[in-house]
Amino acid sequence: MQFTPRNAPFLVGPNTVSALMRRVSLALVPGILAMFWYFGIGVLINLILAACAAMAFEALMLRLRGRPIAPAQGSGLNDGSALLTGLLLGLCLPPLAPWWIPVLGAFTALVLAKHLYGGLGFNPFNPAMIGYVVLLVSFPREMTQWLPVNDLLGQAPSLGDSLSWVFTGAQGLDAYTQATPLDHLKTELGLSRTVEEIISDPKFGGIGGTGWEWINLAYLLGGAYLIKSGDIDWRIPGGMLSGIAIMATLFVALDGDAYRGPAFHLFSGAAMLGAFFIATDPVSASTTPKGRIYYGLGIGVLVYLIRTWGGYPDGVAFAVLLMNIAAPTIDYYTQPRTFGEGDDLKGPGHD
Amino acid sequence: MLWRFHGGLKLAEHKHESNRLPSTPVRLPKTLTVPLHQHIGLPAEAIVQVGNHVLKGQRIADGVDHISAAVHAPSSGTVVAIEPRPIPHPSGLSALCVVIDTDGRDQWIDREACTNFLELDRREIIRKIHDAGIVGLGGAVFPTHAKVCCPVVPTELLIINGAECEPYISCDDRLMRERPAQIIEGINVLMHALGTERCIIGVEDNKQEAIDSLNQILMLMDEGERIQVRALPTLYPTGGERQLIRVLTGREVPKGGLPANIGIMCQNVGTAAAVYEAVVQGSPLISRMVTVTGAGVAVQQNVEALIGTPMIDLIDQCGGYEQGVAQLVMGGPMMGFALHRDDLPIVKSTNCVLAADKNELPTRPTPLPCIRCGECVKVCPAQLLPQQLYWYARAKDFEKVQEYKLDACIECGACAYVCPSQLPLVDYYRYAKSQIRAQARDRIKADQARQRHEARDARIAREAAEREARRNMKKAALNAVGDDADKDSKRAAVAAAVERARAKKAGQQADSPLNPSSEPAE
Repeated sequence: MQFTPRNAPFLVGPNTVSALMRRVSLALVPGILAMFWYFGIGVLINLILAACAAMAFEALMLRLRGRPIAPAQGSGLNDGSALLTGLLLGLCLPPLAPWWIPVLGAFTALVLAKHLYGGLGFNPFNPAMIGYVVLLVSFPREMTQWLPVNDLLGQAPSLGDSLSWVFTGAQGLDAYTQATPLDHLKTELGLSRTVEEIISDPKFGGIGGTGWEWINLAYLLGGAYLIKSGDIDWRIPGGMLSGIAIMATLFVALDGDAYRGPAFHLFSGAAMLGAFFIATDPVSASTTPKGRIYYGLGIGVLVYLIRTWGGYPDGVAFAVLLMNIAAPTIDYYTQPRTFGEGDDLKGPGHD
Repeated sequence: MLWRFHGGLKLAEHKHESNRLPSTPVRLPKTLTVPLHQHIGLPAEAIVQVGNHVLKGQRIADGVDHISAAVHAPSSGTVVAIEPRPIPHPSGLSALCVVIDTDGRDQWIDREACTNFLELDRREIIRKIHDAGIVGLGGAVFPTHAKVCCPVVPTELLIINGAECEPYISCDDRLMRERPAQIIEGINVLMHALGTERCIIGVEDNKQEAIDSLNQILMLMDEGERIQVRALPTLYPTGGERQLIRVLTGREVPKGGLPANIGIMCQNVGTAAAVYEAVVQGSPLISRMVTVTGAGVAVQQNVEALIGTPMIDLIDQCGGYEQGVAQLVMGGPMMGFALHRDDLPIVKSTNCVLAADKNELPTRPTPLPCIRCGECVKVCPAQLLPQQLYWYARAKDFEKVQEYKLDACIECGACAYVCPSQLPLVDYYRYAKSQIRAQARDRIKADQARQRHEARDARIAREAAEREARRNMKKAALNAVGDDADKDSKRAAVAAAVERARAKKAGQQADSPLNPSSEPAE
């Protein structure tokens, strides 16, 4: 009997890119629900617009590049990466932003940051963050009009109002929008008020900003699931959150009136979303075990620096992009010791 | 105390399918095809001729060097051909085989049994191992005599590998259950030859019956002090030599070195049993335990097969193929290789014949690009960065590949197993390794050519200098005898002659095929 030989290993593990992307998208659900709870329908509109636009641009680019759009289960458009990029971008946008904000962001992320660099696996920068940063720099007004959380909002805008703001650009949204807690803290600190005075504002909750602390907790929950399932390495979020905590502890110890402590910074803004879902984008992150710790630490320190002294209230996107640049160098200098090499060849197990 | 190595995989074991039935001998085939190259090193050279009658256990080929192994007739019969035949090899190529038509009598040569091996000295034992053609039966088939004869430092610890970490394979398991006394006696012989006082048998804890059976014999023989059995956590690839040493001793074999460098020797359980048969019974290595398994065969079990038996005979004895058999693999599903036909002979390294259907060894889906997730880094037992090796191998940047220590890769396939992009990573590593080997060969050739060229240049320069010296001497002699009057004319004549010689030489050099400009590129 004749056979057609293949090469070893013949066993194929159960993990696939699409399953990985699916699990990461699934882990976003608690965070999405929390954001929906606090910010209403605008969050879902952003997600739907960004995800659909991302998928459409992915399909368009695959077609332009002469690649099959959906050649098989789990590849092309089906690999789930475009959907995830869309979701992450959508979660970063202010609720009730005009419809072209998510669409333009998805265009930048998928076309410029992903496919022009060679598509899946070849993008040096986190596509969702490129999309976000381009929007933030180009349309600062639209990108900083955040709704306050529902607790602080007398009456939530109706669905009709929401849709007409998003799709027709009707006037009246300004009446609702407010500075986010991080933004408020920054502005007020700039006016030489003390932290004590500032946080008496109802914007600030028990730990972080009102509502924002629960949103961050929900992302932390999703992140814990991903660490447990082995889909992300604890080193990146661990490094990033440590970086933020270390910096915040250091400065609050120096001057408690001018700086806020680690708990506030960890549970404000995009800290948890960034640590578990954005910094962990494998393609643009560091890949060595030690390198991932340094990479995460670097992001955390940069987030704190930008929040405290930079031009923007939050700094996750810029911090991630800056560390993306450094990732190849970090990888080069943090190669693990190969088995059977080095001085310490005797001793208990190491990982 | 046990240690752990980095990474590794928990795989579905699939050992129960084949390890429940006791092993049975395979019926004597009509024709035995015995390859002359069944070991690492140089092929053996046939010492029989076509038409010779041979007896079971008669040596039919001699090892030609220290790293080589003898080959024996697995049964009695007539040599009908010595010619290239297809052999089980990843290349699918043919190699020289001695083909024996068996006579059905299965008649042994006179065997030299030994009642007390403790009376033999080290040298005699090694000679017996050498003459029996024993090689490492775990799969690496390194000649055992070469390993035992000259360790660089005295062997403090003998490790017997009964880990059998690859899924599906259960031949060592059955051997440990069925012939523990032979294994222990073989270990005693090896320890005697090595002057070693300590031995650990490492067995994965999914083989409790094997562990019990070895312990029982050790108790009966009162050897529990010197020889210990250790149950190891089941984790692929614990059976890798370096990984096993790490788990049992916490020590790492230096990269590029051998276990012998740190006073350790590893032998497979099958090898230990073969040593017993060779030294105590006087029987050479002519058969081995083979696992016949996979959903593509009717009865999954272990068989004792003569070397040279066609694989299809094993399959037939196990009830033949099942519907849907799709792939025939020699060895396990992680490190074995696929065969293109089933009439290939069993060789000394055949531990398993895996007849798999489509579902158990599915075709690898079309690969996606690497997303640098680092799953491969997590599982690599050599602590490498497989994603970087892949990246550079793909770019054919072999210098970088070496910088990232490709030579430490044991090709266990753990990285390719976990890769979510389904990249055939090991294929890239094998490719890079072969290219690096080819480049090294080319470099040696280029170095030799350059050395030859430089030697030639030096010789030409030396000869020219010698000629010049002779001429100067002659000139001096002439000057001394000649009078002043014709000095000038003589000088002119000499100058003209020198000029002619120079012109001639220049012409010759230009024509020469070994002109400096033809120096081979590095």
